[in-house]
Amino acid sequence: MDLLYKVFIDPFVQMGTAPDLLVQTMWEGLVAGVLYALIALGFVLIFKASGVFNFAQGIMVVFAALTLVGIYTLLRNWGLQQSNLAAFLALGLTIAVMFVLAVGVERLVLRPLVNQPDIILFMATFGLTYFLIGLGELVFGGEPKVMIANELYLPKGAIDIKMLGGFVQFQKIDIAAAIIASIMVASLGIFFQRTRIGRALRAVADSHRAALSVGISLEQVWIIVWFAAGIVAITTGIMWGARSQVEFSLQIIALKALPVLILGGFTSIPGAIVGGVIIGVGEKLGEFYWGPLLGSGIESWLAYVIALIFLLFRPQGLFGEKIIERV
Amino acid sequence: MLYREAGQFKTSYEADEAVFPILQDRIGVALILVIGFAVVPFVSSNFIVNSVLIPVLVLSLAAIGLNLLTGYTGLLSLGTGGFMGVGAFACYKLTTFFPDINIVILILLSGFVSAAVGAVFGLPSLRIKGFYLAVATLAAQFFLSWCFIRVPWLYNYNISASIEVPTRTLFGIPLTGPTATPLTRYIIVLSIVVLMTWIASNLIRGRLGRMWMAVRDMDIAAELIGIKLYRTKLLAFAISSYYCGVAGAMMVFLWLGNAESESFSINQSFLILFMVIVGGLGSLMGSFFGAAFIWGLPIVLRFTPQFFGMPLNAATVEHLTFMIVGALIIFFLIAEPAGLARLWQVGKQKLRVWPFPY
Repeated sequence: MDLLYKVFIDPFVQMGTAPDLLVQTMWEGLVAGVLYALIALGFVLIFKASGVFNFAQGIMVVFAALTLVGIYTLLRNWGLQQSNLAAFLALGLTIAVMFVLAVGVERLVLRPLVNQPDIILFMATFGLTYFLIGLGELVFGGEPKVMIANELYLPKGAIDIKMLGGFVQFQKIDIAAAIIASIMVASLGIFFQRTRIGRALRAVADSHRAALSVGISLEQVWIIVWFAAGIVAITTGIMWGARSQVEFSLQIIALKALPVLILGGFTSIPGAIVGGVIIGVGEKLGEFYWGPLLGSGIESWLAYVIALIFLLFRPQGLFGEKIIERV
Repeated sequence: MLYREAGQFKTSYEADEAVFPILQDRIGVALILVIGFAVVPFVSSNFIVNSVLIPVLVLSLAAIGLNLLTGYTGLLSLGTGGFMGVGAFACYKLTTFFPDINIVILILLSGFVSAAVGAVFGLPSLRIKGFYLAVATLAAQFFLSWCFIRVPWLYNYNISASIEVPTRTLFGIPLTGPTATPLTRYIIVLSIVVLMTWIASNLIRGRLGRMWMAVRDMDIAAELIGIKLYRTKLLAFAISSYYCGVAGAMMVFLWLGNAESESFSINQSFLILFMVIVGGLGSLMGSFFGAAFIWGLPIVLRFTPQFFGMPLNAATVEHLTFMIVGALIIFFLIAEPAGLARLWQVGKQKLRVWPFPY
């Protein structure tokens, strides 16, 4: 009886008596969710256009962030005085690096593996993950680094807002992250829906062969999506790096994007965002209100279980296309 | 070139369906077993036994387990590490409760705990498939990892939150624990692996294996010819987890000697999946090749610079190893997506018809 009370009533009583804490927790969940969603977005972009389940998205985030910080340090060491100029120059160069990476992946990994079963391509992205971990550590070293958030004109500090009989604290960087993520999603949406290249991407997603027959170059499309995923990775890397530090353990956190992905559906951009928010808010609320019952730390698996429960009712995710099977 | 099967006529159904229908293959397998059991112990050093032979055998068994699930039934799982952990912790608890029962029996029994857990986490496979299922098995992996840390009962409220393997003996000879010699442990591991591989090969050739393969090739069609999907899939999860659980128990009791939750993390799952795919999906032989390749490659790479006298520091070698392993995985997938087992087959066929290929 006592247990039932603790599970079903007590958390809600707590929520009711301290609404400011509830808002704070939900806000933190929202921000975490937005960051998960950004990683999931990279997955979705690549899965939509090439059917590749890109496991390397997580390490691409880390790699992009490391490259950015690494190039910035290099530029400063060469005597570039203005830190802002150096930062934006580094950003430009990092984008160039991600483009080279996209071309390299297309040439060396995807093209020779065309027409292979999905699981083989999935494994190839594992190989890519290992390669990038090794390369990143070799070139930039394994120790955690500080993201150049100030130099990129990202705000810092916090705003306290008085509401519901208490104070709720909003980190400025979190607000910026939410805004930038929304802009990113909106522009990707427009890119996919309105532009010529976007249409080509959707055509490839529908059917490789049909797209080829109307003269769309698969190679070009793949480079574009991997490059787009690279840009998303840079953004995620900056945001996440600014919140904590740039380090390789981020790659494991990036696995959290997977439940977001199955929740939203592998092929849906809005799904990635909605899924991210559900997972983020769900796991923070779960950890805060129900976590103490189980001895805390349940954040590490709660997201997967939430996703699993959703999957049992909708096997294709919330926004995924209905899976139709034929014999 | 080496041998031909000309002149070996099969006159009975049994002879035709034998695991090794060709005489020379039987001799070959017998020879390998004799070398494994009788020659290797006398010629290899402790280092080779401890850090090459035992790990490869243990990981091969885990890879066979995953291969039954992913290669034969077509269900992608990323929870292998978790299931191995269940086996290890179950064995630890069992030997705490029943210190008098022989440890080898307990290792084999602990697999059943793992099988039960595997079947529970296999339930979602009835509804979802493909990558969605892979992510669902991640739930198992992370939940089990969390249990290994947060449930102190599992490691007997040990302060260091890890298992220390107690010494268990048979006829006065220590089998596990710090006093057991590498050779004793090697012989036990080899016996268990040989026995379980033999069972697996018969499972696959039998009714169950054919049902698995039918489900893998097209589950709707399999359902239409009267295969009960839920039973087949859950059995695949249970048996696969049994193998992984035994491998996990052996890993702790006969190889590492102690373990914490980190040994059964997500990385372990990925490593086993690598082995299965590089070795060849749907091939028992491939599981051994894959385990030997993935485990052996970093060891070889670590010693190569020393061999050539190149002054590289340990960290650089570590990073280069990562890069080379990654690149080689991609290279192998491109060169032969069906894995090392296929390469072996192709090579054997080429040799068979050499020097007059047709």
